[in-house]
Amino acid sequence: MAVQIVAQAFDPLELLRRHQAGLGAPARRIGALASFVGSMRDMNEGAEVTAMTIEHYPGMTERHIEQLVADTTARYSLDDCLVVHRVGRVEPGDTIVLVATWAAHRAHAFESCRAIMEALKSSAPLWKKEDTRAGARWVANNTPGEVTAFEADTP
Amino acid sequence: MTIKVRFFASLAETVGRREAECPYVPGITLGQVWRELNGGQALPSGVLCAVDFDYREVDDALDDNVEVAFFPPVTGG
Repeated sequence: MAVQIVAQAFDPLELLRRHQAGLGAPARRIGALASFVGSMRDMNEGAEVTAMTIEHYPGMTERHIEQLVADTTARYSLDDCLVVHRVGRVEPGDTIVLVATWAAHRAHAFESCRAIMEALKSSAPLWKKEDTRAGARWVANNTPGEVTAFEADTP
Repeated sequence: MTIKVRFFASLAETVGRREAECPYVPGITLGQVWRELNGGQALPSGVLCAVDFDYREVDDALDDNVEVAFFPPVTGG
């Protein structure tokens, strides 16, 4: 298990590849890897966003996500888990978050990856401030990410 | 006999500082620490509280020498 808060741009696929290579012997019993990569968009709430700054609470942010990963690993019997979150100044197209879960079967890998991502968005101490042409603004709330959100939006 | 207090993100801008100290009084709660540092105003709704890196409720009583944090709803991910 690994949780990293990073202040520089990172390549999520490179981190994934490196973590996968380091799994070692247990890799032989792992049948599923699920991953989520979240990136910064250049639009939000109708305005062009040229950059953003992500603030965190050093100490608490790491500890909170580590606890979240430990709880989820136990609940879904995960073989491994990797969470990387960017902080500091971010530009459109940059990766903000990587969540990856390794499990024996796909159901646990998919569901735990989603569960970690949703819990991170709703409870990890991180805050985004966007730069727009009209000035800087704090993002007020994360959109709810319930499993039914996509279905509800689909006619 | 002090409590270290930290403010984050938009809340730090609203209160105009990122750090403060509050005298420790046995039984003091998170809500009372906020009032002490903000002219008697009640903690605004939606503000989240933590003590020594764990989420806590506004009415929770504090121990001496802890680090308290107040911050707005989180928006990471």
